[in-house]
Amino acid sequence: MKNAGRREPNVIPGFGITLGFTTFFLSAIVLIPLAALVLKAAGMDWSRFIDVISSPRALASYRLSFGASLIAAGMNMVFGFALAWTLVRYDFPGRKFVDAIIDMPFALPTAVSGIALATVFAGNGWIGQHLEPLGIKVAYTWIGITVALTLIGMPFVVRTVQPALQEVQRDLEDAAETLGAGRFYVFRRIIVPTVLPALLTGFTLAFARAVGEYGSVIFIAGNLPMETEITPYLIVIKLEEFDYAGAAALGCMMLAISFVMLLAINLLQVWGRKRMMVSR
Amino acid sequence: MAGPTNYAEQAAELASRPGHSSWSATLVRWLLITISLTFLGALLAAPLAAIFATALEKGWETYVSAFADPDTRAAIRLTLVTAAVVVPLNTVFGITAAWCIAKFEFKGKSFLITLIDLPLAVSPVVSGLIYVLLFGLNGWFGAWLQEHEISIVYALPGIILATMFVTFPYVARELIPLMQQLGNDEEEAAITLGAGGWFTFFRVTLPRIRWGLVYGVILCNARAMGEFGAVSVVSGNVRGLTTTMPLQIENLYNDYNFVGAFAVASMLSLLAVVTLIIKTLVERGTGYRRR
Repeated sequence: MKNAGRREPNVIPGFGITLGFTTFFLSAIVLIPLAALVLKAAGMDWSRFIDVISSPRALASYRLSFGASLIAAGMNMVFGFALAWTLVRYDFPGRKFVDAIIDMPFALPTAVSGIALATVFAGNGWIGQHLEPLGIKVAYTWIGITVALTLIGMPFVVRTVQPALQEVQRDLEDAAETLGAGRFYVFRRIIVPTVLPALLTGFTLAFARAVGEYGSVIFIAGNLPMETEITPYLIVIKLEEFDYAGAAALGCMMLAISFVMLLAINLLQVWGRKRMMVSR
Repeated sequence: MAGPTNYAEQAAELASRPGHSSWSATLVRWLLITISLTFLGALLAAPLAAIFATALEKGWETYVSAFADPDTRAAIRLTLVTAAVVVPLNTVFGITAAWCIAKFEFKGKSFLITLIDLPLAVSPVVSGLIYVLLFGLNGWFGAWLQEHEISIVYALPGIILATMFVTFPYVARELIPLMQQLGNDEEEAAITLGAGGWFTFFRVTLPRIRWGLVYGVILCNARAMGEFGAVSVVSGNVRGLTTTMPLQIENLYNDYNFVGAFAVASMLSLLAVVTLIIKTLVERGTGYRRR
């Protein structure tokens, strides 16, 4: 945006060729294949399309995928906020180390976190063996799916909330406290409004990632039809049965959801920027 | 934007303020630290420790011998080949896209950025599915490919394509904001003084974006080597032939060969750890931090 006011001709070479290459590569790898999915589903008989996406098994899988993703993103909103707060506001031994490993779920392959979580939360696992006597079965239930989705969504919330927490104007907090405002009042009236857009953006990013997640879930899920079967796994089953059209229909559903989530994230970010500008 | 090193100073400053040393503040502080660390411990630290504990539970010899398995070796080789093809291609794409987006003004730019980020929003299973629909036996080009005896799906090209899709945005999204922030002035000066385009890129631009580039490339590489969902859909999982490391983990795990599965998993975890170390070093050394 620096150069927006300038009207002299751009002397830097390579516009045509870089734009051409970018568009070509983008089309070949991303756009044309995605269009193929939409065309495949559009070529289906309409009633068959509806049958596939509204079959009881598909409906059960949406309920699970959305429900578990919502709970996981909600958990991340609470614990992710606590983590971001702890990292921004407090100093404790190992803080830098903790800050560095927040990104681990980004870097760790999903199959690895999948088998690791399944092992730890199984009935005889390190954590599972303490929860089972309490009547809480984690592995191979919806709870396990939620745990896996919480892990992969965690960095999204922490990393969006962290910079927002740093933006909170400390002098405002101080002023409020000097004027006799209680700690909870300061939190509710100064901190929450500043951080809210970031928190919601993090929530949506975590949710969007969780809905499509596959690798870290299938090992801990049990994958029983109608019970612990997520939508991406149902697509894999359709493909294994060589039901390409059915897989394409479900894939289209998921793609539509991705677009809605992208739109929501963009709107949230615009809203957040506007709020920032108003508050200044 | 303030770097991570400022957190400590801010925290110290906060602690030194009057009214912040009350017992309730201390209580809240320790409560929050405990909650945060317990959450992270159960969700992240315990599973990570379990990977290495399980891999080594039958001793070092068994651990090492897990890598003698020919299928596992083939999987490691395939993963390395895939990354060796995908990472350079996506790096070239990332640099090209960032040059075009950061250096020039044109209509539809923000739409183009959204399209480049699109693969991040798509489920990995869908990322694999689209290539099966294009190149699979019943796909758009399936019949033609079969006639010419070219296999893409259930073979190396399909694995490469799906991995490229999944890791497509990583280099570009590191470089675009960085290059936009750096502006055009130095490049314009170089060109005006008579430097060629390539010379300007290598001698003026590249030195200034190199840390962002390193950052994008290592993330791209980690994702490329670790991709599971998309690759599992297109690979057909033929042992020893189209099995990458993450798929080999699944195979061994389903065979109840836990030492073998976790041995391969431990290698990929080490890759993730190294990736994070490089990332942290880049941030500490340069003050560069992802948005």
